[in-house]
Amino acid sequence: MGSLLSLPVIISALELGFIYALVALALFLSYSILNIADLSTDGCFTLGCAVGAQVVIMGHPVLALFAAMLAGVCSGYIMALLQTKLGVESILAGIIVNTGLYTVNLAVMGFSSNLSIFKSDTIYSLFKDVLGNTSYKLVVSIVIVLIACAVMAWFLGTRLGLSIRATGDNSDMVKASSINPGFTITVGLCISGSLTALSGCLIGQYQKSCDINLGTGMVTIALASLIIGETLVGKSSVFRRIVGVIVGSCLYRFAIAVALRLHIPAECLKLVSAVIVAVAIASPYLKSQVAFQRRKMAAVSGGKGGDGAC
Amino acid sequence: MLRLVNVRKVFNAGTVNEKVALDGVSLTVNDGDFATIIGSNGAGKSTLFNCIGGSFYVDEGSVFLDDRNITYVPDYKRAVQIGRLFQDPMKGTAPHMTIEENLALAYLRVAKKKSVFSRISQAERNMFRERLALLDMGLEDRMKQPVGLLSGGQRQALTLLMATLIPPKILLLDEHTAALDPATADKVIELTKRVVQENHLACLMITHNMHSALEMGNRTLMMDSGRIVLDISGEERAGLTVDGLLEKFSAGAGRELDNDRILFSKIE
Repeated sequence: MGSLLSLPVIISALELGFIYALVALALFLSYSILNIADLSTDGCFTLGCAVGAQVVIMGHPVLALFAAMLAGVCSGYIMALLQTKLGVESILAGIIVNTGLYTVNLAVMGFSSNLSIFKSDTIYSLFKDVLGNTSYKLVVSIVIVLIACAVMAWFLGTRLGLSIRATGDNSDMVKASSINPGFTITVGLCISGSLTALSGCLIGQYQKSCDINLGTGMVTIALASLIIGETLVGKSSVFRRIVGVIVGSCLYRFAIAVALRLHIPAECLKLVSAVIVAVAIASPYLKSQVAFQRRKMAAVSGGKGGDGAC
Repeated sequence: MLRLVNVRKVFNAGTVNEKVALDGVSLTVNDGDFATIIGSNGAGKSTLFNCIGGSFYVDEGSVFLDDRNITYVPDYKRAVQIGRLFQDPMKGTAPHMTIEENLALAYLRVAKKKSVFSRISQAERNMFRERLALLDMGLEDRMKQPVGLLSGGQRQALTLLMATLIPPKILLLDEHTAALDPATADKVIELTKRVVQENHLACLMITHNMHSALEMGNRTLMMDSGRIVLDISGEERAGLTVDGLLEKFSAGAGRELDNDRILFSKIE
């Protein structure tokens, strides 16, 4: 283990794990709670990064976070508008918004495919002197993500949060409680968009650059984190599920870090991610299948003959 | 109080599958009316409820509640004044949320003035507990459990409580005991009677049980082919037997009743 994961590798995996946990948290809201597959995540992530980078270049790294979140809200709002007012299916709405965002992102970046913010102060460099050289990025990321998680946990217990949870669970019942499901979907997607964009903004400031393809595959990675978390930590309460999101995201980053240490070439990383995602998503099902096969074997060998062995 | 004027609803209009579900139905339900509704298969009973509840808009005619025209008011806004229970016990509750959270959502109907960011208060929790205790199902000690763990009967009782937590103007019950076992069905029926009586609700109840159709409430409607063919109350209804009701149906509709479930329940 020690040779596989050195301290700097662990720290950087945790840093990325926490930052990307925000996207997983966004999907927790849109996918797990609202039951909407939000495929605009990729574009929204890049949008957050691009908007954040531009504001950072203007010299406001803290304001950049809020600007990125606002941009994410807009993206989520358009996604919701397509679904609730124009009758577009959620998957199609996501694809449409994602496609449109590509141009929007390019425009935000001044029609160039990448943007460097090396010369500007970032939210991380602001705290470098206070927090020390080794862990300042980790501490800043953890603080921001924990705030986001705490707000989310609190929010889901409020009347509005309850309505959003019920919308994904039983929208008939939401209507019977005199709440417009279109409204709760809109609020949910706006919040989810803002979290995705916030994550993009943090990654941009972390890497000190923004690239038009930064968000590619983000939705798969976030889903994997979400499902790893749900499998390992469980989904019995909202609190557990939110903890699971962070745990899942960090574990995913560790898996990638291990893959890199095993000298898997960087070009193959997407394939590695895809395999990790597939394994993560399939594992709960496989687990139940293995348990079932065991029971079946036990029943067959314990019984009189091969009656049940078909 | 509730008034339907010449309501017409056609499904698949202009196709070979065209079906006139409601054919010029007019109906007035007064304050404190408890009407049971029976009818043949596909008579338009559930469609009638969907038009009142706003699940879809009518093609012709109007719906009034307390003299307010609600014909084009969306379903979620009508829900403030119209409570509904369906045959499927799964339809009225959110399975992955706790009993307490489900009740809190139902309570939103009146808690509109409260901030959307407020949480369930201790006072509300106590009130929910008291109301749950009245169901006599032990649910008051399971408030933190997800509703998905409850049996169908418990869920239906909870839905009834949720629909009447804040008494609506009118309660629509669409065969709400049909999916339950007889003992649980009896219990939910008793609960229904009590809740309706205590809150002086107006209530429409679709049933396939001819006995409870005559025994419960003060009025019985029979539907056939999208029309109300029989509307009896008072003395005329008081002395009526199940056979008498069937005869009246044939006279009104011009044919025998063909609802298999009603006919089966008649044997019981």
